[in-house]
Amino acid sequence: MPVYLDHAATTPMADVAVAVMTQHLTKVGNPSSLHSYGRDVRKDLEGAREEIATALDCHSSEIIFTASGTEANNTAIKGLFWKGQAVGRNVVVISSIEHHAVLDPAHWLALHEGAEVIEIGVDSNGIIDLAEIEDLISRRGDEIAVISIMSSNNETGVVQPIGKVTELAGTIPVHSDAVQSFGKIPLSFKQLGLTAMSVSAHKLGGPIGVGALVLRKGFDIPALLHGGGQERDIRSGTFNTPSILAFAAAVKESVQTFSERNERVAGLRNQLVQGLLAKVPGAYINGETAERVPGIINATFPGTESDTLMLLLDGEGIACSTGSACSAGVQRPSHVLLAMGHTDITARSSIRFSLGATSTSLDVEQVLRALPSVIERARMANLR
Amino acid sequence: MKLIAAMSGGVDSAVAAARAHESGHEVIGVHLALSSNPQKYRSGARGCCTIEDSHDARRAADVIGIPFYIWDMAEEFHEGVVENFIAEYAAGRTPNPCLRCNEKIKFAAVLDRARAMGFDGVVTGHYAITREGPAGKTLHRAVDESKDQSYVLSVLTIEQIAGAIFPLGDTTKVDVRKEAKARGLYVANKPDSHDICFVPSGDNAGWLHQRLGSKVGPIVDQDGAQIGEHNGAYTYTIGQRKGLGLSVPTIDGSPRFVLKVEPLTNTVVVGPREDLAVTRMIGEKTVWCGPAIGPEKNRGFVQIRAHGRPLACTYYFDNDVLIAELDEPLFGLATGQQMAIYDDDRVVGSATIWQTQQ
Repeated sequence: MPVYLDHAATTPMADVAVAVMTQHLTKVGNPSSLHSYGRDVRKDLEGAREEIATALDCHSSEIIFTASGTEANNTAIKGLFWKGQAVGRNVVVISSIEHHAVLDPAHWLALHEGAEVIEIGVDSNGIIDLAEIEDLISRRGDEIAVISIMSSNNETGVVQPIGKVTELAGTIPVHSDAVQSFGKIPLSFKQLGLTAMSVSAHKLGGPIGVGALVLRKGFDIPALLHGGGQERDIRSGTFNTPSILAFAAAVKESVQTFSERNERVAGLRNQLVQGLLAKVPGAYINGETAERVPGIINATFPGTESDTLMLLLDGEGIACSTGSACSAGVQRPSHVLLAMGHTDITARSSIRFSLGATSTSLDVEQVLRALPSVIERARMANLR
Repeated sequence: MKLIAAMSGGVDSAVAAARAHESGHEVIGVHLALSSNPQKYRSGARGCCTIEDSHDARRAADVIGIPFYIWDMAEEFHEGVVENFIAEYAAGRTPNPCLRCNEKIKFAAVLDRARAMGFDGVVTGHYAITREGPAGKTLHRAVDESKDQSYVLSVLTIEQIAGAIFPLGDTTKVDVRKEAKARGLYVANKPDSHDICFVPSGDNAGWLHQRLGSKVGPIVDQDGAQIGEHNGAYTYTIGQRKGLGLSVPTIDGSPRFVLKVEPLTNTVVVGPREDLAVTRMIGEKTVWCGPAIGPEKNRGFVQIRAHGRPLACTYYFDNDVLIAELDEPLFGLATGQQMAIYDDDRVVGSATIWQTQQ
């Protein structure tokens, strides 16, 4: 089996999640039905909601289940913008390193809804510029409908100072895309002072196709999906009960194994980083001195191109990624690395290895064994 | 062998990759992204680098069971093919971009990169045959005459031919489609691509106008008398009859043809068909697909278009130019076209026509 080092894209489902999901796939009943079948699954569903709410330190009524992290981000950013727009707030503040699931809805709002989008820059470590946010709020705070800053970056793993952002924001609603953070760093919705937060199941051992928007109680926003009104009238659609229950099972296990797992993954990460820097002259880690989620390594190998690296690593039985590709599949320089001060060329020479719960020391050793020859061939191929 | 299969998203390259894989080679499918701003969908039979095409290529690779990657060759393609195409027209010549793409992209940039990465060669869906002989690998016509693509490959050097694998040369197009269907490749019935991939509208003249601008100039007869006007000499091709829009008819009503395109004076010269007759062509930038020849005269064939017929000729190489003397006169030959020389079905080499003589 090839070595899987793309856990930030998606990580294997936890056994408990698979067990819960398969068990519930054969169970009939719509949680919105009032009869006994409905009541039965409703009970399980609300139990799952409480489990996840506990893990995120929020009230269970603040959880809105969605079909993905992307949907949660879209619902939050568009909804919070429209809510603000109704009272004359027209500015959407994001960072320049957001995932496309935040960047694109924000820029869609600019194109179609008359929003003004302001992107906050980052330093060379990939940490957002708090002074820029502070300055912006002091000048134009009463125009801002929403501030959306990711909890940790999907390409570099760099953790952002969300608590400080909410402090500066005061009463301005702040949303955070926490898809890459859930299960990897402590996340308290309450302590962070957020209005909204997005999470996704399949990044921590749950199934693909389910996520959640945490939205502060009493803070209702216009809906994207209209229909049966299942989730506070903010999200309609029949509950995906088997997936939601599997999500909760994965969360429960993630909470139980939190410290041990994250320490182990961080150890493997350090082993890979040290080996990689020792074996590849000139290589460096992006965001190396910043606080990062344990599993993500973004490395630049000068003189190579990422698409060549991935092809060659694939040939050596190693699966990794760049973390950014356009719909045609052509590698574009990462907007995250460009924002951190990379040139097009160095940004294109970078790849991401991401480790997870199932990663082992043998995986790391295999990468380190393959890397020198892969880098050498990639550098040759780049001398065109 | 370890091979890169260039997969356009069409049926030919898909079957070629499948055959290479099946015969035991380690094959990786690669789709070349040739446009930095690709269209989402194919419109008709034109274009070969839309997002839809890259999806088709990926799907074929998945069905065959080989890894698949996209290589961004947009910059190389623009510099080596598109800019050359514009410059050639601007200089009053008629280029063939498919040939330049083979010369500079598929069997240069791609093959070089593949070799650097430790691969032995590049597989494509071209209809041509290579044979191992005492003088190394040589290039030959495909079995399916109507699909033979040896002409557009006649710019490959011996070195490049050594790294080229054409699994379809022994098969007809009809059979390739049948095989694709049998292999479960859903591109089995995808229409062939025609024309120039980077001119999706098919309107060459309009496309060139956008890039070279309109410049009104005279259309004159052989005596220099102006008999019409044009919007840019570069959109005319020697031998062209249609679309001249001439106001002064010939005395006997016989049609007139473009005889000459003069970029410096922006003049198009027209005249009767017999003045188009060419019996001798001289080519520069000769490429040998096999052993080089010298000034001794050889009998063989010359071909001047991708699907043109082979013309019987005497050919030789002298003073750094390749010369072909035709048995029968040819009407309408433009400079800039490639002259490919054949010894029976073997491609001897080719050169870019820079002069023609009556």
